[in-house]
Amino acid sequence: MAIDFLYPEYEIKRDRDKCICCRVCERQCANEAHWYDAELQMMMCDSAKCVNCHRCVSLCPTRALKIVKTDHTFKENANWTGEHIAEIYRQAGTGGVLLSSMGNPKKYPIYWDKMLINASQVTNPPIDPLREPMETKVFLGAKPGRVEFNAKGEIKNNLSPQLKLEVPIMFSAMSYGSISYNAHESLARAAKELGTFYNTGEGGLHEDFYKYGENTIVQVASGRFGVHKDYLNAGAAIEIKMGQGAKPGIGGHLPGIKVREDISRTRMIPEGSDAISPAPHHDIYSIEDLRQLVYSLKEASDYKKPVIVKIAAVHNVAAIASGIARGGADIIAIDGYRGGTGAAPTRIRDNVGIPIELALAAVDQRLREEGIRNNVSIVVGGSIRSSADVVKAIALGADAVYIATSALMALGCHLCRSCQKGNCNWGIATQRPELVRRLNPDIGYKRLVNLVTAWNHEIKEIMGGMGINSIESLRGNRLMLRGIGLTEKELSILGIKHAGE
Amino acid sequence: MKRIYVNEKWCLGCHLCEYYCAFANSGKDSMVKALKNVTINPRIRIEERGGISFAVSCRHCEEPLCTKSCITGALTVNDGVIQIDKDKCVGCYTCILTCPYGAIVPSETGAIQKCELCMNNSAGKPACVAGCPNKAIVFEEKE
Amino acid sequence: MSKYVIIGNSAAAIGCVEGIRQVDQKGEITLIASEPHHTYSRPLISYLLYGKTDEQKMKYRPNDFYKKNKVIKRLGETVTEIDKKEKTVTLKNGEKIPYEKLLVATGSNPFVPHMEGLESVKNRFSFMTLDDAKALDKALKKDTRALVVGAGLIGLKCVEGILDKVATVNVVDLADRILPSILDETGSGLVKKFLESKGVEFHLRDSVERFEKNKAVLKSKKTIEFDVVVIAVGVRPNISLVSDIGGKCRRAIITNNKCETSIKDIYAAGDCTESADCATGDMKVMALLPNAYMQGETAGINMAGGTKLYENAIPMNAIGFFGYHMITAGDYIGQTYETLEGENYKKLFYKDNRLMGYIMIGDVMRAGIYTSLIKNKTDLATIDFELIKEKPQLMAFSKKKRSEFLAK
Repeated sequence: MAIDFLYPEYEIKRDRDKCICCRVCERQCANEAHWYDAELQMMMCDSAKCVNCHRCVSLCPTRALKIVKTDHTFKENANWTGEHIAEIYRQAGTGGVLLSSMGNPKKYPIYWDKMLINASQVTNPPIDPLREPMETKVFLGAKPGRVEFNAKGEIKNNLSPQLKLEVPIMFSAMSYGSISYNAHESLARAAKELGTFYNTGEGGLHEDFYKYGENTIVQVASGRFGVHKDYLNAGAAIEIKMGQGAKPGIGGHLPGIKVREDISRTRMIPEGSDAISPAPHHDIYSIEDLRQLVYSLKEASDYKKPVIVKIAAVHNVAAIASGIARGGADIIAIDGYRGGTGAAPTRIRDNVGIPIELALAAVDQRLREEGIRNNVSIVVGGSIRSSADVVKAIALGADAVYIATSALMALGCHLCRSCQKGNCNWGIATQRPELVRRLNPDIGYKRLVNLVTAWNHEIKEIMGGMGINSIESLRGNRLMLRGIGLTEKELSILGIKHAGE
Repeated sequence: MKRIYVNEKWCLGCHLCEYYCAFANSGKDSMVKALKNVTINPRIRIEERGGISFAVSCRHCEEPLCTKSCITGALTVNDGVIQIDKDKCVGCYTCILTCPYGAIVPSETGAIQKCELCMNNSAGKPACVAGCPNKAIVFEEKE
Repeated sequence: MSKYVIIGNSAAAIGCVEGIRQVDQKGEITLIASEPHHTYSRPLISYLLYGKTDEQKMKYRPNDFYKKNKVIKRLGETVTEIDKKEKTVTLKNGEKIPYEKLLVATGSNPFVPHMEGLESVKNRFSFMTLDDAKALDKALKKDTRALVVGAGLIGLKCVEGILDKVATVNVVDLADRILPSILDETGSGLVKKFLESKGVEFHLRDSVERFEKNKAVLKSKKTIEFDVVVIAVGVRPNISLVSDIGGKCRRAIITNNKCETSIKDIYAAGDCTESADCATGDMKVMALLPNAYMQGETAGINMAGGTKLYENAIPMNAIGFFGYHMITAGDYIGQTYETLEGENYKKLFYKDNRLMGYIMIGDVMRAGIYTSLIKNKTDLATIDFELIKEKPQLMAFSKKKRSEFLAK
């Protein structure tokens, strides 16, 4: 209907002088935004179909394409922005919940960018990572409170199972279903090469990927999709997903059209059926219930694997984390409100949860105060964008970080935030075979390895600058951070001083 | 010897290889200049049907039927690369008769043309390989 | 003593030199040929007249070929006999050259049947060698009326070579169609129509009854006046060197898959031989440059002590006139599938789930894929025949096969 028409937010701009009508844009656009008009002998396009994923822009051999923000506008209004107006029209037209994907894109404060890192001058001199050894290896899991001896006076091995990470970075949960087989293969191979871990998400583990088990974290979510004994024992650790930063309080949702043969087998659900995870775990209504699941999983895996409990960063995250630590978890993963998703209700994604920086500082502080910080490791995710974010997270108290959006970008994602449509032109968030094929894991895994390796180099540089040669010495070392442009309250929650202090 | 290998599993059917090939062999210094308003006649060609696609170009056979069949001696093997002397070729198409891959095609002049691994053009190394966005075409040593 | 002696200097002989040198870098090679020229490609003589090549470019191998391959060349000399006991060949001047291994690659000669009054014609030519072509060329003027007897491959290539240089070209042939050895009626008709549009006049199912100086009287009583006549009715393989000493011959010298004749240490290759058609098993003369080269190369490798079998031969042909191309191969037996669109014609012959032969005219793109199906005796049940009928394409093969073709 004409009254439903909304002028596209972004426009495809083609430089006709440069276009040679090779039709690569047409062939590569799953949204059919480009086509060739034989009569006019010209490439044509419909910006309304464009999701601004840049696939055509990247592949155009003559650089004839770009995507620009439209200058078409509603009458300016500081309160009723164009976005609000358009969304109202859309909902008035459909009556439906607005869906989005990837992380919260709104203009909330980004605390990473309000913290600055220290460097040594004169005293405690900086270290040159190219000349001196520099340790970024991390062990995740509960650390024993004291050394114990047996009757013969020998040291007892009272160490709980640990995850050994060569770099303080892991790939966070993305299910097979929400992302493609080739994306999964890329992550698995990269984790193996990097000596770190990727995470199955709640979609189960494809039989082809069992061979990467030593570098796999298997997830158990409220839907219990794809969970069985072999699965629990296939990975190096088990993660219970209580919540997700992008959509705290609601469960995952994979539409039936994406549940094709392979996914149906992996998830152990009928082909074509919607995979809807309940908002809660129906067997968990208390910390005691959670503890039961933690120990059920430990029992199932012979106490050989650490159990991670993943929660979304929400208001009373510190108290929840304390409960989890006491519930027997080896690792707590906290996902901030900017964490990504393959699909979430827009309102939830954009308005629920809290920033990971504040959540992390609060949790670390609380566990220290309660004297149980060493009982668990803390992993944080939800928009770690660079090695600087990693360093700041560790200085705030994290043992390691989870990355996913950055990893997907390494695989080609251009953050068009249209995952929920299933037509990902980069072969990542899609199950259409002809699109999945676009992500060659031989390329993908290498790019992931490159990214993390580059970050690790930078982490070492930054640590060296601070005169720190081991990531252990950086963890929780908030003296290395200073706030900038932050209020007293914010500084106090973050537990850091202001720049200049 | 380094050869071009095609893995149809990763071919997207984007046809970029054909355009990079046509450009590399055009003698022009920009793709726009070379290919604007031109129907390309590349040395590598995509076959596609029902979701399957793959590029076909000269395999530089160890036992090349084309060079053995060439009536003029215009097709020769130099360091494993089968090359065409277009000046010598009279366009009899005996090589088209014998090439089991259908990798030799007529050029605009009537003489034949074929992939020479970009050894004799400005690209210097296979342009199709460099232009393939998904490593469906690779240039490597295999044994 | 020369280890290897080669009689001939065309594709088979050159193939033999290159075959020997793949195995034996040192053994002395003596190459003897009646023609005095550096090796050249005989099929190119029509292109020479047509102006598409020149004598330099016609050279089948570069100028330094003999030197590089350490070949003692005896060009312009003719072998008169072979002594199989003494293992020598005798030249016209009586000189005897000993051999350990001998290749006979003597090719064929134009066959000129008896025609009444032919001797009265001053400008009469054959069209086989470079000298033939040069002599013919000299006799041509803008107003020359040319008569070509024979509408086969040689006759029509000659027509292409001279058409633009002369006033008229008439072609006479006994057969009911042109190029009868490679084309069926439809194909032949298309090519005939095309050549007629270029100005060639055909007189088929007819023959020259007698020549009267510049006039040919045909059986049909038509008379054709001409200034130059080219006789191109066929060729005869040059087999006498071998047949004289008891080597097995029929129409041509019989060779096995190592290119050996029936006489020890004597090999033969090229247009003077019969070999097995791999698709049918029949012994045939498959006079075509590629076959000659590959026979020669096979002979050379075996002569030098290597092992190579020549067993992929089929009759085949690629020819074109004024840019109108046709490619044919195999045997025209079995069921057929044909398409005709404008000037593009294709006919496939298949039997017992195998492609036996094909004719492609006009659009000849990727014909070699069909050729390989015939040669490899591919079971058509293992490929998508419907797809390959449509056009030659690797898509018709299984995924595994495609991967063998392209990824290995």
